[in-house]
Amino acid sequence: MPRDDGIGAAVRRKEDFRFITGRGSYTDDLNRPGQAFAAFLRSPHAHARVDSINVSPAMAVEGVVAVYTGQDLADAGVNGLPCGWQVHSKNGEPMAEPAHPALAQGKVRHVGDAVAVVIAESRTAARAGAEALEVAYTPLPAIPNMKSAKGAVATVHDDVTNNQCYDWELGDEAEIDAALAASAHQVTLSLVNNRLVPNPMEPRVAIGDFDHASGEHTLYTTSQNPHVIRLLMGAFVLGLPEHKLRVVAPDVGGGFGSKIFHYAEEAVVTWAAAKLRRPVKWTSDRSEAFMTDAHGRDHETTVTLGLDADGKFNALKVITDANMGAYLSTFAPCVPTYLYATLLAGQYTTPKIYAGVRAWFTNTVPVDAYRGAGRPEATYVVERIVEEAARQIGVDPAELRKRNFIAPDAFPYPTPVALEYDSGNYAGTLDKAMAAVDYANFKSRQAASKAAGKLRGIGFSAYIEACGIAPSAVVGSLGARAGLYESGAVRVHPTGSVTFYTGTHSHGQGHETTFAQVIAERLGVPIDNVDVVHGDTNKIQFGMGTYGSRSLAVGGSALAKALDKVEAKAKKIAAHLMEASADDVEFKDGQFTVAGTDKSVGFGDVALTAYVPHNFPHDELEPGLEEQAFYDPANFTFPAGCHICEVEIDPDTGRTEIVNFVAADDFGNIVNPMIVEGQVHGGIAQGVGQALLEGCLYDGDGQLMTGSYMDYCMPRADDLPNFKVETQVTPCPHNPLGVKGCGEAGAIAAPAAVMNAVTDALRSAGVSKPIDMPATPSKIWSALNGA
Amino acid sequence: MYNFNYQTASSADDAAAKVSASDEGKLLAGGMTLLPTMKQRLAMPSDLVDLSKAGLSGISVAGNVVSIGAMTTHDTVANSKEVASAIPALAKLASGIGDPAVRNRGTIGGSIANNDPAADYPAAVLGLGATIVTNKRSIAGDDFFTGMFDTALEDGEVITRVDFQVPETASYIKFPNPASRYAIVGVFVAKTAGGVRVAVTGASPCVFRASEMEAALTANFSAGALENSSVSANGLNADIHASAEYRAHLVGVMAKRAVAACS
Amino acid sequence: MPSVSMTINGKKVLGEVEARTLLVDFIREDQRLTGTHVGCDTSQCGACVIHINGEAVKSCTMLAVQANGAEITTIEGLANGDELHPMQEAFRDNHGLQCGFCTPGMIMSAVALAKRNSAPSEKEVRHYLEGNLCRCTGYHNIVKSVIAGARAMS
Repeated sequence: MPRDDGIGAAVRRKEDFRFITGRGSYTDDLNRPGQAFAAFLRSPHAHARVDSINVSPAMAVEGVVAVYTGQDLADAGVNGLPCGWQVHSKNGEPMAEPAHPALAQGKVRHVGDAVAVVIAESRTAARAGAEALEVAYTPLPAIPNMKSAKGAVATVHDDVTNNQCYDWELGDEAEIDAALAASAHQVTLSLVNNRLVPNPMEPRVAIGDFDHASGEHTLYTTSQNPHVIRLLMGAFVLGLPEHKLRVVAPDVGGGFGSKIFHYAEEAVVTWAAAKLRRPVKWTSDRSEAFMTDAHGRDHETTVTLGLDADGKFNALKVITDANMGAYLSTFAPCVPTYLYATLLAGQYTTPKIYAGVRAWFTNTVPVDAYRGAGRPEATYVVERIVEEAARQIGVDPAELRKRNFIAPDAFPYPTPVALEYDSGNYAGTLDKAMAAVDYANFKSRQAASKAAGKLRGIGFSAYIEACGIAPSAVVGSLGARAGLYESGAVRVHPTGSVTFYTGTHSHGQGHETTFAQVIAERLGVPIDNVDVVHGDTNKIQFGMGTYGSRSLAVGGSALAKALDKVEAKAKKIAAHLMEASADDVEFKDGQFTVAGTDKSVGFGDVALTAYVPHNFPHDELEPGLEEQAFYDPANFTFPAGCHICEVEIDPDTGRTEIVNFVAADDFGNIVNPMIVEGQVHGGIAQGVGQALLEGCLYDGDGQLMTGSYMDYCMPRADDLPNFKVETQVTPCPHNPLGVKGCGEAGAIAAPAAVMNAVTDALRSAGVSKPIDMPATPSKIWSALNGA
Repeated sequence: MYNFNYQTASSADDAAAKVSASDEGKLLAGGMTLLPTMKQRLAMPSDLVDLSKAGLSGISVAGNVVSIGAMTTHDTVANSKEVASAIPALAKLASGIGDPAVRNRGTIGGSIANNDPAADYPAAVLGLGATIVTNKRSIAGDDFFTGMFDTALEDGEVITRVDFQVPETASYIKFPNPASRYAIVGVFVAKTAGGVRVAVTGASPCVFRASEMEAALTANFSAGALENSSVSANGLNADIHASAEYRAHLVGVMAKRAVAACS
Repeated sequence: MPSVSMTINGKKVLGEVEARTLLVDFIREDQRLTGTHVGCDTSQCGACVIHINGEAVKSCTMLAVQANGAEITTIEGLANGDELHPMQEAFRDNHGLQCGFCTPGMIMSAVALAKRNSAPSEKEVRHYLEGNLCRCTGYHNIVKSVIAGARAMS
């Protein structure tokens, strides 16, 4: 009988008790003795020269302890924020990589760019001090969007005269143009992938601390990857050695990518704490988050698909402009290139693909990875154009997809865009989704809606995702400045309980439960006897953190490797206890046995022996039972699936209601189906948010028009339906658990499904011109009324 | 938030006196708009005079008039059996303001004194031809809302209650802003002793009566009667959520739905 | 500075606060009850929802001085010792939380709903939670939790 707390069980989460009782420990819940508070003065201008900063009025505010400007940081030898990924343009030149000072030096480049920091005895005093600062700005012409970046009426960075970060390509443009020209059908779409604000519910917080006696710096921060922050901030910004720099990311209230990056505030509070020899705490409020957390998406794309007379895809050409914002955030350059163009094959056998991507600097908040990072953008392009092609050539969209799917027996499948898919069964998930949505009866539902004065539409999205970043050698060759393996250490305690130290970080994903299930299954110990530790560089040797749906596929693999080592050593100890050869020892359900005998010893006895070795073979074995492993994946792994959305539009108001949303996903093996379902739900909600509700807008002067929840539309409970979620299992063939990754699938798949459904509904009313996301009531009403 | 002196008032007159005696005093009702504004450091009153203990909350029905004390919360109105039986549209309107936690604090007096262009209550006050009673006088609903965030209230004047005449029938329908959930357009339609009234909120800088629609409905009180009447997009609000033309269109749609919902 | 006294989770507390001190700051900073969270500055996210005299309110949009004399319950006061409140239990059983940040406010709102309506429909729950934002769960399992929790409470 399978364990009720092992792999495959829908175990209640171990971490929940503290969250439901209000005992979580988020960064803002921490307070250090004697701490001061930081407030940043932020630019009200999108683009301006900073002519002077008069700090005296701020210093005069009661309670203000210090004021620092960009000049102070420069004088102290503090460097700018580094970028972790270098992309080369098609002409071989490295991307433009302008300086990214932690506090502005001479110029501000987006509304919210930090000009100075005020540190005071209280939060209110710090804020009052920031307000008292006198800054003389000379406003400069703003570049609020990519169109004006291309026009180069002004330059965001003086040393980047055309505002272009890079002009990158993948594939042979002439060859693909020829293939398109020779196609029986050519279908083209222009698409905007709208700019989003990630909005984890917990705003960012950073607390710098300094122990003068030991010389140790500590940063408590809301991060998805504390070791990466330690590496970037220690080595590149502040010049602090790792043994004197501890980074702690305690309970973190959601990230969705926005808490991957190294932010200026982290470096400033760490530096200021050492300078002032007292802790310094900064807590972002939501308005500040809107103008400082890295945004997501913001692509403009033209896509052309060529099909032969039978509807087989011949060639795909994609030209994309990607907005980088005012500075390069930590991983920004790779998002619209290596995490995007490489996914443009989708689930299909399209033999020839070309992608040209130009990245631009604008006077807006930096743009970086947001849930899915590049892959939602790729799926949106592929699935919109495939559905459009189906409608234009009059083939059922499901049928057209099936004609072009990579067959289940074609794996491993090398795509024309540099990846090798590991495994998949795309028709399987499509069929599952179609059954779940009752596709066969859609037409009658559409007719019923029409009779009630409503427009009903249905849309597919058959997505592919590359997750489990990364094979370090591959990403290194593509410009990553670090390998992206993962580490894990299993410590078995004398009584057989276990602590697992992981370099991944959980901020909602449920690692404390999922990893514990893997351990319970493997070692036969109850899940309650397993604890998972993450988020502290002093406790975990190293780690790359959590993003890109990598934690189980990469971190879980490191765990499996460490468990192999634990088992191997434990078998030797068991062999000693049972006076047998280790080769004859078998381990199952927490018991070591010797084949062909009735000898048996429990895991707990072995653990105790490892630590209390009264009769231990010291010549053969060291005491203790603790093993660490690093795992560097052989390949990405490729979850895939199909989401189908059905919408009903009220033509009188333009309001769209999602009346049916089904997901059939293939994540390989599943450890905790309850958690996986929850991840899918959340991803879909963000995808639906992008499609119908969310959009970050700047006006022509570069002022943020959606700077709070009054104007930025977050999905609420009554905006969404219940989702039907199903899974299919095609295991990953190259990692030990056979798992893929589930965290981003919903956000990747849902936007195209929703927009294909909206497009379908509008087409039923004779509107053939597609609209862009978010499909707000106002936009739909305008489309229906030719406005 | 800037600091201020906090005072409590024991009556409307006491509140008026305390505000008058302060430099830049303001009344604090539910605080659902004032406190967020102060948090953003967009307002800097010297004093806040809290009305919660001024004896201004409560609902009473006398004859054909429903009186709602200025400090009565939206939730109280939404769940009042008296209001639900006398003017169900008013209870329904109150039940749709903000969210449950906001309704537990926000008050009718605070809402109408603030006169947010997208607030719901002004539509009811105008649509039902209510009377606003202050510590000094009574003000007709038609005279009360004078412009964006502006009312006929004078310095030292405190709303004590709002009197609603029970209409023959009434209904309120709004189309919410997807982000803030304030009304992009809200239309209150009522058939009252004094005639048909159609009050529109959200659409323009200040709540207003749609006279063309009132005329059409006076002739024939049915949704169909509104087919050929409209409001002009001229002067209506336009923002990232809705153009003036879209708002004008929505006024028509909401008005028809409101009429259809009148029983 | 004004002094305030109130009862929080059954315990009488006294404090001196600036008039501008928000109730949520009094609860988090002065009383060190950090289960109540702040997720926005426009009174929309609901992470700060607590009960005052039994009603759900947003503690970020209320001054501490306004709560003078009030009876307050925060997420920390919901369980009865080691015995979880049925709504807390329902959130855990139904995976109604992921990162946990919105959870305290969500649970406090849910309890307020369940007190009024012991058998809310899916639609009623979704409508009632209008003032509580969650970015992780897509609300699906929150709705499930609230329905189950309300049933368990009745």
